[in-house]
Amino acid sequence: MLSVDVEKRLGEIQIAAKFATTGGATALFGPSGAGKTSIINMIAGLLKPDRGRIALDDTVLFDSDARINLPAHRRRIGYVFQEGRLFPHMSVQQNLDYGRWASGLPRDEAERERVIALVNIGGLLKRRPGKLSGGERQRVALGRALLMKPRLLLLDEPLASLDRARKLEILPYLARLRDEARVPMIYVSHQIVEIQRLCSQVVRVEDGRTEPVNLEVLLRPTEEIELPH
Amino acid sequence: MFSLTPEEWIAVELSLRIAFVATLVALPFGLAIAWLLARKEFWGKALLDGIVHLPLVLPPVVTGYLLLITFGRRGLVGGFLADIGIVFSFRWTGAALACGVMGFPLLVRAIRLSFEAIDKKLEDAASTLGASTFWTFATVTLPLALPGIIAGMVLCFAKALGEFGATITFVSNIPGETQTISAAIYTFTQIPGGDAAAFRLVVIAVVIALIALIASEWFARRAGLRYHGD
Repeated sequence: MLSVDVEKRLGEIQIAAKFATTGGATALFGPSGAGKTSIINMIAGLLKPDRGRIALDDTVLFDSDARINLPAHRRRIGYVFQEGRLFPHMSVQQNLDYGRWASGLPRDEAERERVIALVNIGGLLKRRPGKLSGGERQRVALGRALLMKPRLLLLDEPLASLDRARKLEILPYLARLRDEARVPMIYVSHQIVEIQRLCSQVVRVEDGRTEPVNLEVLLRPTEEIELPH
Repeated sequence: MFSLTPEEWIAVELSLRIAFVATLVALPFGLAIAWLLARKEFWGKALLDGIVHLPLVLPPVVTGYLLLITFGRRGLVGGFLADIGIVFSFRWTGAALACGVMGFPLLVRAIRLSFEAIDKKLEDAASTLGASTFWTFATVTLPLALPGIIAGMVLCFAKALGEFGATITFVSNIPGETQTISAAIYTFTQIPGGDAAAFRLVVIAVVIALIALIASEWFARRAGLRYHGD
């Protein structure tokens, strides 16, 4: 379980995020510029909150009062970025093994096979990221994040850079991920369809503030919820 | 027939040795300072940047003189180093120090630019995958910056090879110890009948410079293909 209660001033926007997840897939939903990415960057350890506390299960990741700030590389939190961010100078294979190697985990062939099959990238292992399509790149990024055996998986609009056909291609993998890998997920998106398909819990982010909402409320078409795009 | 006298060979060998040592010793410092300037914000950053670039804008003789009063036997740092057995004044090591200092701004500039060109987001991705700052640097930043690092090393090497003013001010012009190609050419042009010897060294200087340029192009292209290609 993840609990977040942090504040951060970023230029004009004041972020005040307070929510807790119960496992499974949690959506951070809201318009662009609302502070969604900043919130998960704080969870990942890439952005330092001004004050507050973040805890994952019984590990305190950040606590301004206790002066705790676990660096990103020791948090064991997988992150799938909007643009994949595969290392261009490594093959797909090396990208996949990077997390295990950098985290000092032992080799686990069975797990590796399982993840490669899960995101269906067995045929791409020898290729360079530059030669992959957008959809393939995101699948490799998913595999790479899973292979570091994360305690939590952050997904920052992983489908945003893809066209509609590619989105439909990746969505089933994300659903399989949630059901088979059993890693708790935070899924950032402003697309209702994706959230509806994947998430059991929704936190709405607006102007830096968070508010838990009911999935059904989101699905009811009202004027108060504007759907971008 | 084109052949060099033993003294001329010594000058060539000395120049190459000084330039290699200057470049190799400057490299780790250059990498560290370029990384600091490219990736960190700290108090005094502008000052550090200024000091690094100073040899580029100061008259070389001034740099040489500053080295002399700092690293000379009676200098602040030189006196201390002499006590532990490291002597720079009037030695080839002093020439390497002068050449390294003169080439340093070019080295740092090229490496810094190549660090800045690397998407910081890739480094963030590495850290979420468990890589510490050092490992991120070693496995992501460094390999991606390799073409720029090679370019910087060649610039530093070329500068070191051609350095004259700071070297001659700091360690003088002693044949066999501190007389590089440039200093030897200068000496030959000052004595009657030295033209032929000077010309031979000029040809050597041109050949070395061309080889260095072509080699660096080759390395940079190879590194570029390997790391940015598909």
